[in-house]
Amino acid sequence: MSSLEIVNLHANINGTEILKGLNLNVPQGEVHAIMGPNGSGKSTLAKVMAGHEDYEVTGGDVLLNGKSLLEMEVDERSKAGLFLAFQYPAEIPGVSNANFLRAARQARLPEGEEIDAVAFYKEIYDKMDQLGMDRKFTGRSVNEGFSGGEKKRNEVLQMMMLEPAYAVLDETDSGLDIDALKIVAEGVNAMRSQDRGFLVITHYQRLLDYIVPDHVHVLNDGQIIRSGSKDLALELEEKGYDWLKEENLVKS
Amino acid sequence: MKTETKTDKSIEIDREESNFHFDVDYKHDAGRGLDEETIDFISNVKKEDQWIREFRQRALKVFNKKEMPTHWASKDLNSINFDEIRYYLSAGEAPKRSWEDVPDEMKETFERLGIPEKERKFLAGVEAQFDSEAAYSNVKDAVSEQGVIFVNSSEGLAEHADIFKKWFGKVIPTGDNKFSALNSAVFSGGSFIYVPPGVKVKHPLQAYFRINAEQFGQFERTLIIVDEGAELTYMEGCTAPKFETNTLHSAVVELVAMKNAKIQYITVQNWSANVFNLVTKRGLAHEGAEVRWIDCNIGSRLTMKYPGVIMKGEGARGEVISIALANDGQHQDTGAKMIHAADNTSSNVVSKSISVGEGRSTYRGHVHIPKHLKGCKNNTECDALLINSKSRTDTYPAVTVRGNQHSTQHEASVSQVSEEQIFYMKQRGLSEAEAMSLSVNGFVNDLVREFPMEYSVELKRLIDLEMEGSVG
Repeated sequence: MSSLEIVNLHANINGTEILKGLNLNVPQGEVHAIMGPNGSGKSTLAKVMAGHEDYEVTGGDVLLNGKSLLEMEVDERSKAGLFLAFQYPAEIPGVSNANFLRAARQARLPEGEEIDAVAFYKEIYDKMDQLGMDRKFTGRSVNEGFSGGEKKRNEVLQMMMLEPAYAVLDETDSGLDIDALKIVAEGVNAMRSQDRGFLVITHYQRLLDYIVPDHVHVLNDGQIIRSGSKDLALELEEKGYDWLKEENLVKS
Repeated sequence: MKTETKTDKSIEIDREESNFHFDVDYKHDAGRGLDEETIDFISNVKKEDQWIREFRQRALKVFNKKEMPTHWASKDLNSINFDEIRYYLSAGEAPKRSWEDVPDEMKETFERLGIPEKERKFLAGVEAQFDSEAAYSNVKDAVSEQGVIFVNSSEGLAEHADIFKKWFGKVIPTGDNKFSALNSAVFSGGSFIYVPPGVKVKHPLQAYFRINAEQFGQFERTLIIVDEGAELTYMEGCTAPKFETNTLHSAVVELVAMKNAKIQYITVQNWSANVFNLVTKRGLAHEGAEVRWIDCNIGSRLTMKYPGVIMKGEGARGEVISIALANDGQHQDTGAKMIHAADNTSSNVVSKSISVGEGRSTYRGHVHIPKHLKGCKNNTECDALLINSKSRTDTYPAVTVRGNQHSTQHEASVSQVSEEQIFYMKQRGLSEAEAMSLSVNGFVNDLVREFPMEYSVELKRLIDLEMEGSVG
């Protein structure tokens, strides 16, 4: 049984507090969407969970299967089962997609064990077919010269190959046209299962038409200010974030 | 599963592999410091002819007269104490044709470095030098039957004097620089190779240069002549144990490619961090000939090496492909010299350097195309990769092109492994060292492909080890 719990999380960047006591629980097998206006802390949350060193955690915890992720190195968090699909994936010149994924898979094996290259290629080709990626992509350098859509597809391919317990998708819809968005969403939906959780971070409701969440949370000024069903996303689309911001002000 | 275990093991051995030495009872020891008597000692041990004795003594005078090139090169050169160095150490035995006959400690040295194994697998011949002299030298029957000569420099001098004398010191004159003069005075070991016209040597010949002794200077001298239409690939490897004191390695390598001949000279050196590596390498390419230097510099305290090609005949081609990795406390000062001396000659220089931590890389290029020629081409690319902000990289490309019937192209870039790149790779489960290694291997990937397979694997492993060590 896996679990992901974010407990009263506080985080700074350059001394400015961005996350101000964030609480969130993503049970196994569920898809949770986090929506929020620009500057609300959505991407900060993704990066803090993954362990980006620009951010300083000043309080609270992130627990994966009851273990604190914050105690772990970035690569250990990955191996523990956390995957982050980046909003802006880095380019790695000279390193082919296939070699990169092989290295990532290899890193998950016990020492002395080596991945089966034939099975690996079969698997990567299957998944690329699913995502409508040309097989030539295996030989191209990671993300180098990729269009926005190709980069996002590549993120989903990596997710499929690494089979995380929890995946955080950071603005995966940004820079995608509707066709690419559908393909990426199909890839994510194919990955949905009883034993995998998703945290889908997005500014727009559009993505949630294709990746239908079990719960929607609204992040504002570093805190979750409202949680609800998928209908909350539609309501937000209609009324805008200001509606909730105001309501929140009134409450406090 | 098996393969991975093996790789891991060989990596472990590799790191410690080159860091060991034996206490050898040297029969011939020229003692410390350098004067005329040192040279007489070497000449006497080698029972040399008068002409070469005089050649050496003249070279000593040139060496003493020449200033250290510290006005343009690193001041660290002044740390070399020539009076403390031992210039000749040998066991006083001729190189053996069979590993069985090689003295135990030397045999074990080369076994630990994997030389006999490589010889069996993919080499046409091997020369293994231990300090001043070759301990082993052998060439496969099939190759010697084609008339290929592969011996050490003393044997070349004694037994093939006619060819040797004709080219020795002609590509790199004694006075070329202070260290070529030093080598000319005290040289010992190195290869002499002659490939007869039309013979294409299928498998590489390899030399391995091992420094065993402390405060020692290794001065091998290599002369390779590839006759008309013939082809040769030669590879050299170098290692030394790590000592507190400094070690000097100062070789001179001269290549002669006759009409339409091809020579490919590959170096993979992995010196320990106390070695001053000051090497002069140059090839002479006659009409339609090609000389390629493929050079990989890892380790050493200071390396100064600028392989060159003089394109003397029409249509000759020269190439330098080099990879240099400067880790903490190291300075890789490398580059290339392309001298166009005939019409329609072309040269290509691709240099990639990696600076890690406090490591420093310098590229120095010299391309010369005189006015009276036509149709000459040069392409120079030098790319530097910095691994952190403390690293330093300098580029000094000197291109002198006279006349307007030539084409030259020069590109340079400096890039950095960014924190975002490393974070991205770590998020996929790679450790910091693995991520660095992958980036560095990616950076040199296109050049590594130029190395024969066996060497590209070794190179990749050396890079992995360097990166692992640098992250700590």
